[in-house]
Amino acid sequence: MSVGAVLNKVLPLAEAVRRHVPDGAAVVLGTALEALIPFAVAHELIRQERRDLALVGPISDLCFDQLIAAGCARRVVAAWVGNVQHGSGYGFRRAVEQGLPHPIEVEDHSNFTLALGLEAAALGVPYLPTRTLLGSDILARNPRLRRERCPFTGAPLVLVPALAPDAAILHVQRADAEGNCQAWGATGVSAAAAKASRIVIVVCEELVEAAVIRSDPNRTLVPGFLVTAVVHLPWGAHPSPVQGHYNRDHAVYRDYHQRSARPEDLLAWLREWVRDPGDHAGYLEKLGRQRLEALRPRSRRLAAPVDYGC
Amino acid sequence: MAVDYTPGELMVAVAAREIRDGEVVFVGMRLPLLAFCLARATHAPNAVGLFENGIVRDSPALAFLVTMSDGPNVAGALWCTEMREIMGLLQSGRVDLGFLGGAQIDRFGNLNTSYVGPPGRQTRLPGSGGGADIAGLSRRHVVIMAHERRRFVERVDYVTSPGFGEGGDWRRRVGLPGGGPAAVITTLGLFRFDPETREMVLASTHPGVTVEEVREETGWPLACAPSVTVTPPPTGEELAVVRRFDPDGFWTRDRG
Repeated sequence: MSVGAVLNKVLPLAEAVRRHVPDGAAVVLGTALEALIPFAVAHELIRQERRDLALVGPISDLCFDQLIAAGCARRVVAAWVGNVQHGSGYGFRRAVEQGLPHPIEVEDHSNFTLALGLEAAALGVPYLPTRTLLGSDILARNPRLRRERCPFTGAPLVLVPALAPDAAILHVQRADAEGNCQAWGATGVSAAAAKASRIVIVVCEELVEAAVIRSDPNRTLVPGFLVTAVVHLPWGAHPSPVQGHYNRDHAVYRDYHQRSARPEDLLAWLREWVRDPGDHAGYLEKLGRQRLEALRPRSRRLAAPVDYGC
Repeated sequence: MAVDYTPGELMVAVAAREIRDGEVVFVGMRLPLLAFCLARATHAPNAVGLFENGIVRDSPALAFLVTMSDGPNVAGALWCTEMREIMGLLQSGRVDLGFLGGAQIDRFGNLNTSYVGPPGRQTRLPGSGGGADIAGLSRRHVVIMAHERRRFVERVDYVTSPGFGEGGDWRRRVGLPGGGPAAVITTLGLFRFDPETREMVLASTHPGVTVEEVREETGWPLACAPSVTVTPPPTGEELAVVRRFDPDGFWTRDRG
């Protein structure tokens, strides 16, 4: 059976980031909420000293806080920025409250309106209507959100304009060389983010043969023709969890929280954990095999196979 | 027999009692997550929990959770899907009860988790997450938060998650489909809302707390129910369940 010429989109992390995420790009990441966060890509953006990014995502956990503190961001489009485990993100707070390391613009959303903006772009329509945020100051203060009357019923609605980032970064369990990718667990706004974006970078724990993807097409998150580059990078979402591969490394979030209240401590943390290790391999070496192994699932929970026979 | 418990454990027990059997509950994180586990294990074995990342489950997570996306919340779930599916259920009226936390609340139950303080000297809080969606769209919602005067203010600096707005029929006028806050559970007491004015009303004080103490920690002239009762403390059974799901007290110890 011929399936056409296989395109190989596999790139090293640094090359994928250099080529596809330029200064000033709008990047959506952290699309599965607290899991599958592409921390390795965020850290590479910091190492490459990317500037003036617009960070787009629902909650982002620590990832946005680190990028903001490192001076990579000019604008944030999000529903929540902080540390899910501990609350405040000090990097974000300093940028908003004191303009450090430089001022940032914030476009506030709820999780639902952020999702709807991406969904509108994914569907190719200029906006989607919703009934959330009526009466909220998020609606009152975000000039991009509009309150209108439903043309059919006259009821008040909020119109969420399409949100089309330049690039989406998705971390997944497995992908093939063409970028056909599969993820399991909750996926948040991942599929919409990919369809809304011009560039899609997929970071995978496992690079698999195309036949593996085709064995279970219902599990595909995004087909490869939408994907620009594939980065094979085990542990690339650490410290966030990847179902079936590793659990969340809570200690990192605690350590970062404790060491980010003062700006000099936060910069020292970024130096120690992002810049000095040099690359992702150096980061894993610093973490150490023992610590990583302790994050492995304690047991396997295999899904019952499904039969695609015909 | 007196049982020792923390303010967090009491709030979890009170929150769990708000969940009726068979209800669809938008769970969220921290104390509400434990309340859902407790309700399921006791009086509401048929409650279903929704999580905004895309998880639906009808059983407590397999192990202690720090976030809703942790592995033990995925394994054994009924459904792992996308956020839009969960928000769609919320918006179409299929969610009976949602839980919320807040940094600042006012007499009409409006919550602020975004910007605190006067313009120019504002503290930036993390933001809405799904909070505004839960407050706007679930059939009723319950707020859990620490009770301090700086948090209980006449009017919030910023309405992130609408309660009853300016009171009365405000929600209907602005077009919000959900029913609004049904209760506020704090470190000091349990509050309901007047069915006409929609103002927050003290319903019960937690054991050992006086009405006067609650008034002192509230930034407006607090209305009280005709007979303010004492919140029933958590039972031994309730505490055992809470401690099973939060074995090291990560969410329920010293967080009063």
